[in-house]
Amino acid sequence: MKSVRTVAVLFLAAMAIACLFASFLTSSTYAHQFRDIPDAPPSHQHLLGTDDLGRDRFARVLYGTRVSLLLAPAAALLSSLLAAVIGGIAGFTGGWIARVIMAITDLFLSLPWLLLLITVRALMPLNVSPITSVIITFALLGCLGWAAAARVVCADARSLVQSDFVLLARASGAGGLRLLCRHIMPNLRSILFAQFWISVPVFILTEANLGILGLGVAEPLPSWGGLLRELESYSSLTAGPWQFVPLVLLIAVVSCFQIVLHKQELPV
Amino acid sequence: MKRKILCIIRLVCLLFLTVTAVAQTGNELRFCLKSDPKTLNPLQVADDSSETIRYLTGGVLVRINRLTQEAEPELATSWKVSDNGRTITFKLRDGVYFSDGTPFSAEDVAYTVQQLMDPALHSPTGDAFRSGDGKVVTSISKSDRITITFPAPVAGLDKLFDQVAIMSATSPQKEKAVLGPYYVADWKAGSYLLLKRNSNYWRQDAGGHRLPLIDTVRIDIQQNRDTEMLRLVRGEIHFINSVDPESFDKLASENAAMVHDAGVSLDAEFMWFNQASKSPLPPYKQKWFHSTNFRRAVSESINRADLVRIAFRGHAQPGVGPISPANKFWFNTSLHPHPFDQKSALQRLAQDGFRLQDGKLRDSDGYNVEFSIMTNSGNKMRERMATMIQQDLSGIGITVNVVTLDFPSLIERMTRTFDYEACLLGLLNNDLDPNSQMNVWLSSADDHQWNPNEKTPETSWEAEIDNLMRAQASTLNPQKRKQYIDRLQQIAWEQEPFIYLVNRNALSAVSPSVENVHPVVLRPQVYWNVDELALRAEVASAK
Repeated sequence: MKSVRTVAVLFLAAMAIACLFASFLTSSTYAHQFRDIPDAPPSHQHLLGTDDLGRDRFARVLYGTRVSLLLAPAAALLSSLLAAVIGGIAGFTGGWIARVIMAITDLFLSLPWLLLLITVRALMPLNVSPITSVIITFALLGCLGWAAAARVVCADARSLVQSDFVLLARASGAGGLRLLCRHIMPNLRSILFAQFWISVPVFILTEANLGILGLGVAEPLPSWGGLLRELESYSSLTAGPWQFVPLVLLIAVVSCFQIVLHKQELPV
Repeated sequence: MKRKILCIIRLVCLLFLTVTAVAQTGNELRFCLKSDPKTLNPLQVADDSSETIRYLTGGVLVRINRLTQEAEPELATSWKVSDNGRTITFKLRDGVYFSDGTPFSAEDVAYTVQQLMDPALHSPTGDAFRSGDGKVVTSISKSDRITITFPAPVAGLDKLFDQVAIMSATSPQKEKAVLGPYYVADWKAGSYLLLKRNSNYWRQDAGGHRLPLIDTVRIDIQQNRDTEMLRLVRGEIHFINSVDPESFDKLASENAAMVHDAGVSLDAEFMWFNQASKSPLPPYKQKWFHSTNFRRAVSESINRADLVRIAFRGHAQPGVGPISPANKFWFNTSLHPHPFDQKSALQRLAQDGFRLQDGKLRDSDGYNVEFSIMTNSGNKMRERMATMIQQDLSGIGITVNVVTLDFPSLIERMTRTFDYEACLLGLLNNDLDPNSQMNVWLSSADDHQWNPNEKTPETSWEAEIDNLMRAQASTLNPQKRKQYIDRLQQIAWEQEPFIYLVNRNALSAVSPSVENVHPVVLRPQVYWNVDELALRAEVASAK
């Protein structure tokens, strides 16, 4: 099992390095349309062929991986921090404050995510660069994805508040802020780590879903969601195997995150 | 024992397959619609699905032959439009009965017209006939002769009756009693509609056989176009009326006999800049979008040939103007698509003070030229076109941001907040007569998308278009009308309030088991002659 985890970590590291140094691995840009050769099969010039507009698929996969792999953890970090603050306060204070916060959390959980994202995306300004659009997309994911994690954090914080060592600290005269910052939050670290790792693949998949709906990252910037759109139509039934690379990568990366997550959960 | 069980299982399977095959191969035509019809009342049709049901079930006085684009007699054996264009007299066919056996008479036509023009009903079909204030008068001179007088001249009056399905004035079944080839026998919302042969249908074929030839039409509600395509390939449905270019090519590579490219259709894809005075755009951007040179430069910088070749895989033609080349009579043949010429585009921009600096286009005030194009999400063709335009315009230093929005959000921005810069959409055109585009070209109209609801025309060319549209609507001489419409096309070509990109081809897919199929560019492309369609003998005989 340990070797599987090692392979997963190595694979994720290799992916991160490949997408970080994408410009060294391919001479093509992800946006340029080679209009004379749309839908071309793999060649020396285009290792994974070209897409329906003649763009180099290998470059698009590398840069798309960069977008999804770098921004999904960023969004996961944002949502984990929000969950820590909101869930931590609710669990620590208890009483009516906790009830109000948890009611809001439940409300967030009951909202249809995808529709909410579509609505919020529609309300954003239109004339933004593709880079801004991708940051907005993932920031939205981060801002809207904290609720489930906050519930877990709240439950954990509540049990910590009632634990002996917190009672001792309180008896020693520790104030509320000190208790929260020195005793409760550090003990929530492992659960927050787990929530972070859970959120990463969730956000990758959510962006992919938005991309398939055409509402994710703006053209010409690639993302896994956008790349997977190539496979959604009837004509993709006879697609070349090279067209499935983004799908294989998505499955592999999400699986690797799950394997790594399993490792993270053990010490809790 | 084991063998016996296996034998029984095999027999059961064989029986099941046989029953399924028989159930699926009877004399039943099958196809799919994306959604349920919103109404079965033929006068209230406003969506594609309801339009389909109206076409299959409704009997009309005059039918436009989708192949020749000429009006042909149906329930009216002849008709005459008066010189002032306000009155039309129909001579009706004898011995015609509704599907429930009620006889057809001039009273039914009078009843239908009164219903059609009733302001309380808000009939979308009736809108085309509302050319002036006042009542519509119907007078029945003989049992088979009716005269309808409108308060003002109506352009292309006789052809408008192609959309008016006659309803019975006396039948207890109301709109369910029909004069068309089929009637609605069963409807399970969200699942299917079953249409059965109208045994009272009046038409016969050349051999004297009663039409229609096919007994039932089953229409399944199927939103997913890919599933629809798979069902066609598996033989579960008989045709798809409109196929996207990608699927068309894929199907053509597998079975060339199934696909039909009827040539360029009436449908156009175009983009426009927001020139609405109510828009919250900064003044410098409004100035760009109001400039004819700017619009022409953008148009000349778009490689339409590439759009056709790549986004539509060759199944389209570069767009020229508001009338498609498929519209044989009304298209202005002296016009040609704007050529791809970025040098000329830069010269035009220079006339308005734009200059290219370090690969970026700047206006006379030093602002970088950057705008967004919004289009509806989920439409691959449009997303591809927008991305290609993005690269084309970068060639003259313009930065374009492509935004895909869900349709309601897009409509909200287009019609209420006016908070957008440019929009790329398409127009599905059903009507050959340019009078149907009145709501787009009149400056006071709601659908005058680049600047809706102008109190008075804001430019001299819009004022001229207003005059032309009004003049053609009140003229009966087709040649005179053609002159007005030609001039309108010329102005639209010069001013480019809409930048016409491509006219799509009419692509359809039909199972080889359907006979007498002649797909055309006008809707409904495949089943326009539904009463003459037949299923191959070997298939039908399985019934």
